[in-house]
Amino acid sequence: MSGLSLRRIGALALRYLYLLRRSWIRIIELAYWPTVQMILWGFITRYLAGHSDVLGQTAGLLLSGVLLWDILFRSQLGVSVVFFEELHARNLAQLFVSPLRPIELILALMSISLVRTLIGVGVAVALALPFYDYNLFALGLPLVGFFLNLVLMGWTIGLLVSALVLHHGMGAESIAWAVIFALAPLCGIYYPIATLPYWLQPLAWTLPASHVFEGMRAVLLDHAFRLDYFLYALLLNSIYLSLGIKTFLAAVHQARERGSLLQSSE
Amino acid sequence: MAEAPVIQVENLRKYYGPVRAVDGISFDIARGATCALLGGNGAGKTTTIAMLLGLLLPTDGRMHILSEEMPRHRDRVLPRMNFSSPYVDLPQRLTVVENLTVYARLYGVSQVRQRLAILGRDLDIDAFFQRPYGSLSAGQKTRVALAKALLNEPEILLLDEPTASLDPDTADRMRGILTDYQRRSGATLLLASHNMSEVERLCDQVIMLRTGQIVASGAPHELIRRYGRKDMEEVFLDIARGIQNGELLE
Repeated sequence: MSGLSLRRIGALALRYLYLLRRSWIRIIELAYWPTVQMILWGFITRYLAGHSDVLGQTAGLLLSGVLLWDILFRSQLGVSVVFFEELHARNLAQLFVSPLRPIELILALMSISLVRTLIGVGVAVALALPFYDYNLFALGLPLVGFFLNLVLMGWTIGLLVSALVLHHGMGAESIAWAVIFALAPLCGIYYPIATLPYWLQPLAWTLPASHVFEGMRAVLLDHAFRLDYFLYALLLNSIYLSLGIKTFLAAVHQARERGSLLQSSE
Repeated sequence: MAEAPVIQVENLRKYYGPVRAVDGISFDIARGATCALLGGNGAGKTTTIAMLLGLLLPTDGRMHILSEEMPRHRDRVLPRMNFSSPYVDLPQRLTVVENLTVYARLYGVSQVRQRLAILGRDLDIDAFFQRPYGSLSAGQKTRVALAKALLNEPEILLLDEPTASLDPDTADRMRGILTDYQRRSGATLLLASHNMSEVERLCDQVIMLRTGQIVASGAPHELIRRYGRKDMEEVFLDIARGIQNGELLE
């Protein structure tokens, strides 16, 4: 990755920050769904806590799940939706005739995804404290590992969806929203992977998020940080993310062959 | 010894399945020249420009720009080139100054504010620096797009129909700006255009394309003489309609 320019990555990140800065509606939109989800699951938790031994002991189980899930979801959208903005703006050709390299575009998308995720989930995390007396940071240091693995997985899905849209056009845009919800039941956000049908469990274990949510339950229920879950998720993420980057770069190469960068909004 | 051409194209082809968008064209453009790529719709002008920019990969052929092989060394070439087209936009919601700042940084412009101030004055766009790009008129957008194309003081400027959809006054101002820039910087200009009076005024070299092939090339006055016509408009019509005029067609 020689010749990477932080200046160019920063320039593109600045373009997205300008957009955010100009529109308070965008900032509210970033925080809106994570906050609504947190409020909803907070009430569900409060109700179920009186009827469930598990929730009675660990009321934060569902809230931790929903907030961590939003880290994954927001980081995916942070890559794919921001990339779609370039397509909508018919700006992709301008970017690709500039000295910006495709890998620098990827890094810029990742950095703005991080900012968007921190804003979106950060507001929900902050509001969970006065609303439900729940502090996500009570997970302690393992939270850093959970965050890292979820963001990496979100970036991978974001890049794969962006590559798909680059190849098939904006008609495939709805996949950005749909794909992650197809994975949600397999990730064990609110229940252990063992709850899944036997034949689905091996598939679930191929997802880094499954290891994160199992790890989260280990911290909350057993007060133990499971290094094996963390390392396995990291290993899977390193494989998937490199595949995601290669797929995106291949889609750019193919777009150069097909001439679709010039008509990328159509 | 003569200086090597800044753009060298050899047997360039771009095929989309059975469609031959560009079919074995070769040409050289000298440093400081202003060259027009002419032809009807679908002649291969935009495809050629897109390949020169590295936006489109050729099926076959060789391109050298500023003595670097393209698209292989696009990283070395692109910082020294730029491009403007009415068919490629800038982000609509960003203001003019935000758009130009982002692109100035992408092109590695060292003193961004100073450069923007100069371009704002030269192109008369500083009055709407703080307006969103999407709120501008077509003429204002074209001037902003040209400002973006001049940010890095490019040695080669590629322009796809630079005055399309502009009123005569704005179009004339744009041509004046391009002529000034070319004279001051010694840059090479390659433009695709349908405006023949513009070509006669700006260009010292013309390449005529039809169905992806070069059918004529030379200085505008040479082509007018060769085709026995009174201006480039008539020459263009002859060639675009494929009129065979004895040995005059190359």
